[in-house]
Amino acid sequence: MSVQFHVSDDLLLSYAAGTLDEASSLLVATHLALCPHCRARNAAADAVGGQLLEALPAADLSDGLMPSVMAQLRRPTAAPPPVPVRPTSDIVIPEPLRSYLGGDLASLRWKRVAPRVQQIVIDIPGCRPQARMLRFQCGTQVPAHSHAGRELTLVLSGSLCDRDAVLQRGDVAETDEQTEHQPHAGPGEDCICLAVTDAPLRFKGVLARLMQPLLRI
Amino acid sequence: MDELRSDPSDCKDVLSGCIVRIAEAQDEAAFEMLFRHFAPRLKSYFTKRGSDPAMAEEITQEAMVSVWKNAAQFDPERASAATWIFTIARNLSVDRFRRMRRPSFDPNDPAFIPDDEEPPDRLLERAEAEQKVRDVMNTLSPNEKNVLMLSFYEDRSHGEIAQRLGLPVGTVKSRIRLAFGKLRAALGGDSGAGR
Ligand SMILES: [Zn+2]
Repeated sequence: MSVQFHVSDDLLLSYAAGTLDEASSLLVATHLALCPHCRARNAAADAVGGQLLEALPAADLSDGLMPSVMAQLRRPTAAPPPVPVRPTSDIVIPEPLRSYLGGDLASLRWKRVAPRVQQIVIDIPGCRPQARMLRFQCGTQVPAHSHAGRELTLVLSGSLCDRDAVLQRGDVAETDEQTEHQPHAGPGEDCICLAVTDAPLRFKGVLARLMQPLLRI
Repeated sequence: MDELRSDPSDCKDVLSGCIVRIAEAQDEAAFEMLFRHFAPRLKSYFTKRGSDPAMAEEITQEAMVSVWKNAAQFDPERASAATWIFTIARNLSVDRFRRMRRPSFDPNDPAFIPDDEEPPDRLLERAEAEQKVRDVMNTLSPNEKNVLMLSFYEDRSHGEIAQRLGLPVGTVKSRIRLAFGKLRAALGGDSGAGR
């Protein structure tokens, strides 16, 4: 089944502009790998950048710049790097995410953070928003929580029921501070997703508050 | 800000043709033509992204050398010369000014979902996407273009843009919303997102 829930214009444009943080860019790029529709939109967002480049005033260049560039063109270039060997078996996690994780699903080392919930924090130096893989056993309820900032979720395997929507592989949910929600993993297989949060989540309710230090999210 | 030029398409084709000639024949005259058109704009771009004039020229140099080396990857069916060169400059500026990797998808990855068998309308869609974006940009008011430029090119929050333009934050936000709203049609909508 094809992707039904896509990344927003806002995210797409800041990804194209090169102003989006690395964690959120990782989620956008991984969605693009799974979504031909958004790749067409991404090409249009790049075209906005091209049009703005055309519209910029022409700056004065030093006289030496062109000769210096021409001289560099005539230098022999190094041979192109060898094409990396690609795995051929069934791959669940697409690039660029797989490289950030250091391998596909089968090789991941999950850490239990709560009953039926596991995670892997993706370390991105210098990036404030936090990217993590989350794995919920089927049917698991995520504690009710609200956000101080934006939360992005990309489902990679299984399904996630959030309010009245069912998200499946490739689908993206984008929630902001106004949203209070209580998603749960759908039946069948475990739900595995990539989540990017701007700021720490705030959990509601006593049980959730007890779980917060455990989840460290 | 300069009026967005409503490039006659033959001019656009000349610039694309230059990149193709570099790929096919290492044509230095074609490169010079590209350089004269794009290098001064690239310097403006890198300056806007926060570099001083000397650094801006250094990175412009790097971007133009990269155009020469990677010309074979340019597909004139998929993008205009300006769009392709913008993506090179954008990637360089993310690397230099933000000091981060810019993750991107890999079309050769086995988990990559390829485009559907191109139906004729999809091909047309692609050919028209750039034109659509160009048309929309030409309908934006100078004020809208200005905030779009600031939010697209300069790493600024709405608050900083407001301060710089001497406008209330609300005005800046509504201008950005309006400009983005007009672009939405050209971007193919965002059905289902931002729920
Ligand atoms: Zn999509």
